[in-house]
Amino acid sequence: MAVVATETQYRVLAVDDNLLDRKLIERLLKTSSYQVTTVDSGSKALQFLGLQDDQSNSPPVSSDQHVINLVITDYCMPEMTGYDLLKRIKESSSLKDIPVVIMSSENVPSRINRCLEEGAEEFFLKPVQLSDMKRLKPHILKGKYKEQQQQEVLQNNNNTSSNNNSNKRKAMDDETSREMTRPRLTSSLTVL
Amino acid sequence: MEVACLQRRFIDLTATIFQQEILDSQFTQLQQLQDESSPNFIHEVVSLFFQEAEKLLNELSKALDQQIVDFKKVDAHVHRLKGSSASIGARRVKDVCIAFRSCCEENNKDGCIQHLQQVNQEYYLVKSNLEDLLKLEKQILASGGSIPTMK
Repeated sequence: MAVVATETQYRVLAVDDNLLDRKLIERLLKTSSYQVTTVDSGSKALQFLGLQDDQSNSPPVSSDQHVINLVITDYCMPEMTGYDLLKRIKESSSLKDIPVVIMSSENVPSRINRCLEEGAEEFFLKPVQLSDMKRLKPHILKGKYKEQQQQEVLQNNNNTSSNNNSNKRKAMDDETSREMTRPRLTSSLTVL
Repeated sequence: MEVACLQRRFIDLTATIFQQEILDSQFTQLQQLQDESSPNFIHEVVSLFFQEAEKLLNELSKALDQQIVDFKKVDAHVHRLKGSSASIGARRVKDVCIAFRSCCEENNKDGCIQHLQQVNQEYYLVKSNLEDLLKLEKQILASGGSIPTMK
């Protein structure tokens, strides 16, 4: 259950207000075998992620019923910056485990640190290179692992909350908890 | 032979373009991203670049033509032009944009106007070279030849 098949198609949501850059990032992602959805603003990204206004109760499934495995966003955008978008995602209980990568044409250390502190996995300098795409997979896998952990916790809570089920744990739970003790990627990884 | 001649011209033009840093390795990367599943990729991104650059150059001209120049606005346009030229690999355009931004920061109107002239020149240089390059490619393919790969 903790094993991810190599044929799994991951979907990335790319956010950039510039059409040329959107075209580029789309091509880079598709060449790297990702499914891609592009939007031109932070607010459209939130809409797509199912987050309307200040509601954080929506599941992380888009209106198109697509699961987003990673968000890659430009930093400099009018109205809502990449940083603002990052913050909204990390503040959402349903979306916070989705890895977010920030792109920027400017190498500003304070900007980079601010984003990393807010929970961005990485910061790519534009123009983004094909080799940068290789850095995405570990973050996607980490995100999926966190997602699984959360699901396990929810399952366990459901099991223990009702007296009847307290002794009837599925065998699968024991197996998966054993698998979880030898993870390759820990959620306590600090990204610098 | 027609094709060989076209291919020779293509190789020579590419060499000159890169030697003079009109385009840089970013353009080469874009060429590598074009394949059977996306055969018009270069054409599309180059067209987008032309559209955007010309729009920005227009805006810059208007902004610098004002009695009182809004340098923040000018800088914003130059920033976008710098980004697009970097994305396409238009090295010289990008470099002029970097210098242009310094003039904006200094609220230097004359410097800005000078740089606008320069960036216009560099833009039209890269535009005509890209057009020639893509035209040669088209001709080579139409004659049944293959595009020489440069290393």
